[in-house]
Amino acid sequence: MRKPSKWLWAAALFGYAFLYLPLVIVIVYSFNDSRLNAEWVGFTFDWYKKLFDDNEMLAAAGNSLLIGMVASAVSTVLGTMAGVALHRQRLRLLSVLVLTPIAIPEILMGVSLLIFFVLLNFTLGLVSVTLAHIAFCIGFVAIVVRSRLAGMDESLTEAARDCGATPALAFRYVTLPLIMPGVIAGALMAFTLSIDDFVITFFTAGAGTLTLPLQIYSMIKISVTPEVNAVSTLLMLLTLAMIVAASKLSPEIIQSSKETSS
Amino acid sequence: MALRAGERKSRWLVSGPPLLYLIAFFALPTLIMVLASFRSPGEFGGLAPLQGDDGVLDLNLDSYARFFAEPIYAQIFLKSVVTALLTTVICLLLAYPLAMVIARSPKRRRDMLLLLVILPFWSNFLIRVYAWMIILGPQAALANGVNWLLALMGADPVSLLFSPFAVLVCLVYVHLPFMVLPLYANLEKHDQSLLDAAQDLGASGWQRFWRVTFPLSLPGVYAGAALVFIPALGIFAIPDILGGPNDSLIGNLIKQQFLETRDWPFGSVLSIVLTIAALALAGLAAWVGRTGGRGQGGRRA
Repeated sequence: MRKPSKWLWAAALFGYAFLYLPLVIVIVYSFNDSRLNAEWVGFTFDWYKKLFDDNEMLAAAGNSLLIGMVASAVSTVLGTMAGVALHRQRLRLLSVLVLTPIAIPEILMGVSLLIFFVLLNFTLGLVSVTLAHIAFCIGFVAIVVRSRLAGMDESLTEAARDCGATPALAFRYVTLPLIMPGVIAGALMAFTLSIDDFVITFFTAGAGTLTLPLQIYSMIKISVTPEVNAVSTLLMLLTLAMIVAASKLSPEIIQSSKETSS
Repeated sequence: MALRAGERKSRWLVSGPPLLYLIAFFALPTLIMVLASFRSPGEFGGLAPLQGDDGVLDLNLDSYARFFAEPIYAQIFLKSVVTALLTTVICLLLAYPLAMVIARSPKRRRDMLLLLVILPFWSNFLIRVYAWMIILGPQAALANGVNWLLALMGADPVSLLFSPFAVLVCLVYVHLPFMVLPLYANLEKHDQSLLDAAQDLGASGWQRFWRVTFPLSLPGVYAGAALVFIPALGIFAIPDILGGPNDSLIGNLIKQQFLETRDWPFGSVLSIVLTIAALALAGLAAWVGRTGGRGQGGRRA
């Protein structure tokens, strides 16, 4: 194996520092006893306490969790179906519909859904946001499930069919248990994507509904306060736990990110 | 092979629901937006009635004409393309060493190093933008340092925040993992013996890179470029938060048309122009990647 040179390592370390330094700064200042994110004054948990007294923030967090759970549950079912269908059949339309939402700029999906809901006289709020989140999560789940299937021995399912199992039974008792880690990883991924989404939510939420990212947006548009750092730190922890769990369950997460990109 | 009727039905049971959902909540809204781009803006925002008082369908090209008639829109569009291109190039420069180090690490360490690149991408997008508000803020060490240097040279102090610089740095930051992944996926497959052969023939480190590694990695470069360029072209939150009043990009213009001016037909026109530009460039990158890769003798796994 050809070892990377010292210069290459230095450049890569710079890359890693560039990726992580901003996040570290956000976390460090969430414990800083000062209203300004500038000088280190002293250690405090005040910003976290403040966070849990902030009713608007708590309501937004509640909305985000609710939307995240419903959207990830539904998109996991639909995405798994799509992944299985794409693996077993050549479906051009489905593969275009699954992959395009991932490939185009998010804002396009946001504005087209806004027009769609308003023209249908559909009230913008929790439900419209959830429907939108399901739409963009399906593709991510489908890709993870499909790559799990690609790495799996299909002859097992065929054996079950030869032994007289109906397609449904063969799926339920053979295929599904085998792809389960991929399905769960897809669900965790969908939950994370939903909790984190800002752009599509921004267009489909209407005036009254707040999710955590929308609340963070309106806070940083007005002023920068360490309370944002505190909520950001908690959100990062949550996401980190989700993604590490997902990638432990199913290396397909990394594989599929590679696949989506090539 | 002829399918039994039951088989065909069960296939539809599997592919039908996701297909219907995506048609309803993705394809249909997109078609409605395309149609909206040919309609007239409503008196109080939104859309005018599809049928005019005389019962004639009110479809026109007015909004398209407006995009091409007023140079300000072409300017903003061009500025967005240039910004996205710059983002892509800087991402490539930063991502290459990362991808190379990961690809040349021992196998057991690769997934860990790769996960470290992906993790920041999974943290909330707004948090990553917000982090740069802190770093580039007027009280932060960076701004103080830069302005101290500028003062030494006798120049006026500048604001790092709310500037095109802030927008660009953050665009690079947010999109960097998209460049690393396809590059790594490509570099990982390179046959190391090619480099050994080049070395035996007397090629220096630089020559080995420019004449072996880099040409072979071009498919990965193009894939990464498409993955960075497309989202960067449509971004609105970053200029919105980190940019000044003159740093609006096409994404901001679209947001403004839908949420402030409420001119939906024109907003739809801008969205369609953006989609076409993004997809055309992605298609170009994919095409160059394929043919370029073949021309260089590159293999696709």
